[in-house]
Amino acid sequence: MKLQQLSVFLENRPGRLGAPLEAIAAAGINILTLSLADTAQFGILRLIVREWDKAKAILEQAGWIVNLTEVVAVEVPDRPGGLAGVLDVIEGAELNIEYVYAFSLRRDDKAVLIFRFEHPDQAIQVLLGQGLHVIDGDELMGYVG
Amino acid sequence: MLAQPHQTHRQQDPLIWDREAETRPREALEALQLERLRDLVARVAQVPFYRDHFARQAIGPHSIRSLADLRRLPFTTKDDLRAQHPLGFLAVPRGQVARIHGSSGTTGRPTFVAYTKGDLALWSNLCARFLVAGGLRPEHTAQVAFGYGLFTGGFGLHYGIERVGAAVIPVSAGNTRRQIEIMRDLGSDALICTPSYALTIADGARELGLDPRALPIRYGFFGGEPWTEDMRREIEDQLDIVATNNYGLSEVIGPGVSGECPARAGMHIQEDHFLVECLDPETLEPVPDGEPGELVITTLTREAMPMVRYRTRDIARLDRAPCACGRRTLRMSRVTGRTDDMLIIRGVNVFPSQIEEALLRVEGTTPHYLIEVARPGTLDEVHVKVEIRPELFSDRMDRMQALCERISREIQTVAGIRAHVDLVEPQHIERFVGKAKRVHDRRNLTD
Repeated sequence: MKLQQLSVFLENRPGRLGAPLEAIAAAGINILTLSLADTAQFGILRLIVREWDKAKAILEQAGWIVNLTEVVAVEVPDRPGGLAGVLDVIEGAELNIEYVYAFSLRRDDKAVLIFRFEHPDQAIQVLLGQGLHVIDGDELMGYVG
Repeated sequence: MLAQPHQTHRQQDPLIWDREAETRPREALEALQLERLRDLVARVAQVPFYRDHFARQAIGPHSIRSLADLRRLPFTTKDDLRAQHPLGFLAVPRGQVARIHGSSGTTGRPTFVAYTKGDLALWSNLCARFLVAGGLRPEHTAQVAFGYGLFTGGFGLHYGIERVGAAVIPVSAGNTRRQIEIMRDLGSDALICTPSYALTIADGARELGLDPRALPIRYGFFGGEPWTEDMRREIEDQLDIVATNNYGLSEVIGPGVSGECPARAGMHIQEDHFLVECLDPETLEPVPDGEPGELVITTLTREAMPMVRYRTRDIARLDRAPCACGRRTLRMSRVTGRTDDMLIIRGVNVFPSQIEEALLRVEGTTPHYLIEVARPGTLDEVHVKVEIRPELFSDRMDRMQALCERISREIQTVAGIRAHVDLVEPQHIERFVGKAKRVHDRRNLTD
């Protein structure tokens, strides 16, 4: 049920974000979504890609430091309150979120939240128990075509 | 044993603190130096490091027939001091030690320097010489903005000011606003600090809406870090003061080895207490007068921890020409460089090996790093660029920031300076074949 997320260390200066994205694109790998956390001095680029192992190899080959993290994708209705409902469940279960980012799907009026939990397996059990839709990798790739 | 000035001298001539010593004719000075050098050789035989060397070379006081025989004596290096940690160079019984200071070590452990009561009296007197030469008078109030602690700057100058008979305000380092308030409230005539801190005070005054030239200080005694004639003009212009340079190093005694007179044409070396050689650091042969070389200092009268031919690693030039001020002592130029990779950051001596040690403590191995030093305003700023390694990279920002903070804290612990830690991508620090270039000093500190 877990997704593999790639994290790439980037210096925070002009042009640094484009280079790894271009390297992945050049290999024909589709990027489903990304998020960037940054300070004035450096950034952490987080990527969900179709072929994460291939993308990781390409990035490492080109000299980037890449870290693999298991994240959890949860489907939410793409409407006001959609996110809040999921967060209620998570907070109620006292699950610790390290960070979260979201993207919406092109069809079905659905959005997907990508969670980085401290304990992803425990989080998945809670989310499933509450009837929420946890999306695995294959399903997610199917959505985006 | 110490030449103490007579009260009458001071009253008759307020411009030279120790007239007899500072204007002694060359021949008499050299006779005194020779006598003191022989005595030194006898005294340092208490120190195993020297005793062993003397035994191997069959050297004793009898070997010193002229000052040229100084060259028969061994050099002493910082490594030698470190090897005898903590007090292996003590030449007197431990009970006679009256104070211990320390200088920064290369891996976080200070090198200790011990003083007897006599050494402390000598030290205050040496500081009094350059303080008076630079304009301090008994009726003045002097504000010490050097740190009080193991560092010799604070206490050295403090007792020198007291020796002159002036009032001392031991504010210690930092807190610029408070420095300015105290200066204004108490009407400080003199400021003692690093030259860059003097400019910080000028900036601080402007920030408070004050005219720095209207501050009460009239004299500045600056040392502890390299500076230039341009900086002096800047400081004098901004604060409307007379700024003089002074030199010393803790291994030898601290500030007071030399200092400027009103002619400000080099710093007068207190030759009755220090024999100073200027050598080519490669060949260890003397360089001609006026040429840059490494200063090598022998302490003639230090009791607790005398040094024979201590290699300072400081590069300067010597000038034997007579000085307009009437002092007859040898003068040295500003320190224009180092023969090792030591940096002076806001008056603190820092070695790249200390940064390396700090990184090692955090990372368990030494990553590629580069120390960048700049002086964007008036104060030095250090950025340590560290290449990130896969084992330390996390997708979590809080962990990455904690890593930077941990490195910064270790640098503070080991090297005593605050540094900005900049994580950089792998291979982004230039690789060198052979000796790595670890420092990029962008300050312009030479004339």
